[in-house]
Amino acid sequence: MTTTTSPAGTTATEPPVTAPPFLERFRVPGAFLLGAVLLLGIAPLVLSDFRLNLLAKYLCYAVVAVGVSLAWGRGGLLVLGQGVFFGLGGYAMAMHLKLADAAVTGQTLPDFMQLYGTGDALPWWWKPFADPAFAALAATVLLPMAVATLLGFFVFRRRVKGAYFAILSQALAAAFAVWLVGQQATTGGTNGLTDIQGFFGYDLDDPVNQRMVYLIVAGVLLLLMAAARQLFVSRYGELLVAVRDSEERVRFLGYNPANVKLVAYVVAAGMAGLAGALFVPAVGIISPALIGIVPSIGFVIGAAVGGRASLLGAVLGAVAVAWTQSTLSDAYPAAWTYLQGLLFVVAVGFLPGGLASLVTVLRRKRRTTHDPVTGGAA
Amino acid sequence: MTVVLNQSFTGISIGAVLLLIALGLTLTFGQMGVINMAHGEFIMAGAYTTYVLQQAVSGAGVSLLVALPLAFLVAGAMGALLEWLLIRRLYTRPLDTLLVTWGVSLMLQQLARDVFGAPNVQTAAPDLLTGHITVGGVTFANNRLFILGLALLCVLALTLILRLTPLGRRIRAVVQNRDLAEVSGIATGRVDRTTFFIGSGLAGVAGVALTLVGPIGPTTGTNYIVDAFLVVVVGGIAQLKGSVITAFALGVLQSVLEYSTTVSVAKVVVLVAIVVFLQWRPQGLYTLRTRSLA
Repeated sequence: MTTTTSPAGTTATEPPVTAPPFLERFRVPGAFLLGAVLLLGIAPLVLSDFRLNLLAKYLCYAVVAVGVSLAWGRGGLLVLGQGVFFGLGGYAMAMHLKLADAAVTGQTLPDFMQLYGTGDALPWWWKPFADPAFAALAATVLLPMAVATLLGFFVFRRRVKGAYFAILSQALAAAFAVWLVGQQATTGGTNGLTDIQGFFGYDLDDPVNQRMVYLIVAGVLLLLMAAARQLFVSRYGELLVAVRDSEERVRFLGYNPANVKLVAYVVAAGMAGLAGALFVPAVGIISPALIGIVPSIGFVIGAAVGGRASLLGAVLGAVAVAWTQSTLSDAYPAAWTYLQGLLFVVAVGFLPGGLASLVTVLRRKRRTTHDPVTGGAA
Repeated sequence: MTVVLNQSFTGISIGAVLLLIALGLTLTFGQMGVINMAHGEFIMAGAYTTYVLQQAVSGAGVSLLVALPLAFLVAGAMGALLEWLLIRRLYTRPLDTLLVTWGVSLMLQQLARDVFGAPNVQTAAPDLLTGHITVGGVTFANNRLFILGLALLCVLALTLILRLTPLGRRIRAVVQNRDLAEVSGIATGRVDRTTFFIGSGLAGVAGVALTLVGPIGPTTGTNYIVDAFLVVVVGGIAQLKGSVITAFALGVLQSVLEYSTTVSVAKVVVLVAIVVFLQWRPQGLYTLRTRSLA
């Protein structure tokens, strides 16, 4: 199995692309530019406000998928607890926005706290979130990354890996959701933080501001994809794939696989946190139901369907799955659950490279029928 | 003192339920490294078997006794079918097995919702199991005692099978060295399927036990599955005694923490305790000593 550094949307086993060298050089920037024009230019023009808002929500999931593609697709870390980081980012943002909303109407407490009554003092750990710089920058990205560092350091250091790691990360999502539900008075419990009015001074009911939120989400997604792509083709990216494929060999070469994995895990956590923070103004709610075990696995399925190791595949997969879910689940909730289950079975079980590998798989099939010798070697 | 004893018994009975569920996982996870997320739905299948049987047979006592072997067969058959259809194709990709079986679990849950309805259903417990006995101020609920007995009985039966029967010898051989077992003439594929049958069947038995604790519904299994996997992770996959000790330890820890704090805080503390424990023993309490690096 050779690791190629060929352009975006590649899996490790893709056969050499036969485009002329000149075109080859511009394939990735070209695709990126096309994506930027589509997302930032054309989508806001042709889509209604409602659709655009939905797209913003899907793109938030796509941001999580970029991280999943890095940690799982390239690093082989099955991250089943991305909901925790998504939730940390989301709650950090929502807490700030709730406090800001309350300040506008001259209250000191967010509405739900007045309802459930914890006295009239704000809990101490809410206080830093009144500061916009802290909430927007530090808490939404650095807090998830800090939690991931702490967990990842201890887990990877002792070489807890594979299924053990997957189960631990899933248990983390379960525990976090249960904890949030239990703290009704300070986190809003099962309801979560809802009814968010403003976003750093902009009224979220105004369609123009909703468009702005969409553009921010789309811009962040494009930036993160570009950054992740650079990471994929960097020396670090090579090392990460090497750790995935043969951790022991990397260790014998003198690297510490624990650190390599930790970086992927922490970066993925930061991306999930940022996605959660953007999700709040785009959708207007964050709640335990959005971050527990089930949604956490949901973050993975999009990447699995599109192609876990392929950045573009993971992003398109996440958007497609989210779109299918919201289209189907209202009208036919049962049908959606069956389809979701089937997606897991078919995509992961029979097409592990996802839809991104479909072309390669078909091409190899055809070649096998025509010329068994080279087909077998490919 | 009685408070401590009462909490300990609560903990031990939580541990007994965990043990029943984790027992099957120890087999499937331990033998094949397969993470079967649909294990929870086999529990649910066992629980609904009890429910259906109770509609058909009058007398809660009789139906419970019939349900135990029947649930074992139903859940076991489902497990063997799943192994044959999907899991045996994925032995080299354990993490993918996790996701595939999660998909199966989603579909089975929805199937249960379509067949039995989304609300939980209640089964009647036999009169013998509804009361409680009090010894020295400590209350022992009969149904909890029954589950404890059932769990210990299952451990005993499984230990005897693994230690004394030819099947058990084959299972142990495959666990210890699959390739060597295969060249020694053991049909590892068939052993896998049998192991999966037994492991899933035990989930069915756990399902019957759960009907005695409270109402059951389509998500009954999912609520327990993560905790059960944690038991296996902490206990180590090689030996049953690891799971037994861990199940009771986690049960008592959980119940003591729930008593002194809240349910939600207890969950978080238990998880932190597990991560700390894995610092000390990353492979779990009991490990199979091999010379492999992985």
